[in-house]
Amino acid sequence: MEQKEFTYPEAAALAEGRVGEKMVLNLGPSHPATHGVLRLKLELDGDLITRCDPMVGYLHRGQEKIAENMTYNQFIPFTDRLDYLAPLSNNIAFAQCVEKLAGLEITDRCKAIRVICCELSRIASHLVGLAAYGMDAGSTTVFMYCFTQREKLCTLFEQLTGARMTSSYARIGGLARDIPEGWLGNVNSFANQFLPALDEIDNLITRNKIFMDRAVGIGVITPEQAMQWGLTGANLRASGVATDLRKDVPYLGYNNYEFDVAIGVHGDCYDRWLVRIEEMRQSIRIIRQAIEKMPEGNVNINNKMFTLPQKDKVLRNMEDLINNFVLITQGPDIPKGEAYFEADNPKGALGFYVMSKGGGVPYRVKVRSPSFLSLSALQEILPGHHMSDAVIILGSLDFVLGECDR
Amino acid sequence: MDDSINQGFDPKSEQGFVYTKLDSIINWVRANSIWPQPMGLACCAIELMGVGGSRFDIARFGMEVMRFSPRQSDCMIVSGTVTYKMAGVIRRVYDQMAAPKWVIAMGACASSGGMFRTYSVLQGVDKIIPVDVYVSGCPTRPEALLDALITLQKKIGTEHSTKGLFSAQK
Amino acid sequence: MNFEKLLAELKFLVARPSRDGIVAYDCPRANLLKAAQTLRDNFEFQSLSDIASIDMGEDAGNRRFGAVYHFFSHTKKCYVRLVVMCDSQEEPVLPSITPVYKSADWLEREAFDLMGIVFENHPSLRRILMWDNYPWHPLRKDFPLAGKESPLPETFAGNEGVTKVIPAPENGGPFHSPSCGAKFVSEREPRSLDGQCSAIDNI
Repeated sequence: MEQKEFTYPEAAALAEGRVGEKMVLNLGPSHPATHGVLRLKLELDGDLITRCDPMVGYLHRGQEKIAENMTYNQFIPFTDRLDYLAPLSNNIAFAQCVEKLAGLEITDRCKAIRVICCELSRIASHLVGLAAYGMDAGSTTVFMYCFTQREKLCTLFEQLTGARMTSSYARIGGLARDIPEGWLGNVNSFANQFLPALDEIDNLITRNKIFMDRAVGIGVITPEQAMQWGLTGANLRASGVATDLRKDVPYLGYNNYEFDVAIGVHGDCYDRWLVRIEEMRQSIRIIRQAIEKMPEGNVNINNKMFTLPQKDKVLRNMEDLINNFVLITQGPDIPKGEAYFEADNPKGALGFYVMSKGGGVPYRVKVRSPSFLSLSALQEILPGHHMSDAVIILGSLDFVLGECDR
Repeated sequence: MDDSINQGFDPKSEQGFVYTKLDSIINWVRANSIWPQPMGLACCAIELMGVGGSRFDIARFGMEVMRFSPRQSDCMIVSGTVTYKMAGVIRRVYDQMAAPKWVIAMGACASSGGMFRTYSVLQGVDKIIPVDVYVSGCPTRPEALLDALITLQKKIGTEHSTKGLFSAQK
Repeated sequence: MNFEKLLAELKFLVARPSRDGIVAYDCPRANLLKAAQTLRDNFEFQSLSDIASIDMGEDAGNRRFGAVYHFFSHTKKCYVRLVVMCDSQEEPVLPSITPVYKSADWLEREAFDLMGIVFENHPSLRRILMWDNYPWHPLRKDFPLAGKESPLPETFAGNEGVTKVIPAPENGGPFHSPSCGAKFVSEREPRSLDGQCSAIDNI
């Protein structure tokens, strides 16, 4: 590896006193499907990692360039495939950014439904993240328990949007359709049975000696390091930095809900596990409040330039037909300008930077991906650890390559 | 192929001997113990993991043994978008698999490039490796993947296994 | 967050219109490193959130390429945006802010890979999302979405004859019609306007 000399004192000191050659080991890109196509070029001194060069791009699909050729609503399905573990929250983050650019104010009912969707996605994403993390630490039971719960969530998503995973639910100015009858009751039943199930998962791992030996004190990220490397979300909070975009830069009416933010103390892999478990509990709390306070009214804003007219009117009324046609083929007319919006997604802060030159197709869309920056921090975190710790650290950072490579 | 075993076996007259084609026996063994190699690339990989979970339970087919090592697996399930950068790796992993080997292209991206007709995406994994079963879906529902595996089992049942038994598979 | 104090200390910043409530400034190339340092040390902007590379089109002349920086303050809970344009279209260069923010490392590599902007004093400026011997910069406006013929990635070593990197088939696809040879999206695809006229007039 020809790049910069690492100055991280521990690794350098350890390497200097030793005699012998260092080995370059390739971890990936085809390694257990839990983390996706990541390639780690590790320089090893025996079992100790002295250098780490993460290589990404094996899933680069050109989504930012695709965005320059699609209308805003046509791009929503592509946002599903970014963080494919929590597709609803990606859709909503993109729609929020464009609505900010256009200066639209969505209805209260839409906000409440979006909050429920975001929090359900958070639970879904953390379940997969923890399942993979636990499985890498050696426990397959965690995987089974988490996926059982996730299947229930997939059923909920399917009832709401029609698809288990890739929902494409948000639209500019609202949502694709209102919630079906009885859906809130199903969410409530899910929430009621989820907390005991979460306790079961907790019991398996949290005070498990093997897991604690493997995770406590490993992969420590100090708060300064976390802020410097641009970490966000659970990774940042586990290091002790109290930043939660839902509370600090509130969107979707999050300031109307009561919830706590889990902050870690040591910034090690164990803290990242604990923070994610606690975040799931708080998500259930938010969902319950949102269901209770669900306002009545329309889901979409009352603006012909953004909202599609009712289908029965489209088939009978000339004006509505033309309106429908123009909105679908040309897209909503977003004014010139630029906007940046970060949503507190399960993996971190997913940001969209949208620059528009007018018209229905964006000029430039940049996706600020939390997993991209989590992986870049590996260059500093991994050196000094043993080979077997690498897997635990990767699991605890909970990244997704679809989001990292776009 | 099951029929030939049933027809062939009549305990009274055959007195404990079973007649069948060697092909049938070999195919039956291979079909019922496929060990998938999950080439999990993108979103379809999550549905693949869901198939391994308890709701869709791939274990009842004998396929819960997901071996990531190509030497120990039979069927590569390419799930997710294949980019040019990753394609070389997939080709090498396929080459390392021991015969007999099969490939399932799971999802729209693996079958034909899917919704990503861009500069970095290989338009279909069949450009670099021979595919036995294509499954549509974005992502493929777990039930559809199970259907694909059953179709693969049927396909294996029709193979002439004894012909290429001691030669390398292309 | 006292933005007047920021302007007083960094006099070269020029305010930029902003539609999303984030205070935005245009920053000249030469002062970018100083601005980043001041933001981190004096104004508590501890994180660099994002670097978005932009391409304003060939018609923009020498101010074609640029980058949009977003900084976030964890203590003051606010963002600030700096837009920096390069000086030349043939050789777009920007100073690297990796000495100030470590997250700039990969973000600048990505801007280099996809847009071709070179960052001076970057510790290791190489491609990150595309493969190492990929000759083009895909996100540029004159590069087609389908791609161009390129050499195979190094992962194909030993398997060179298996396939080729060719433009993806666009016929019948959801994207623009490939029969128009025009360069930019707004000429190929009438829906994407360059701020000239309304959606309906352009049909």
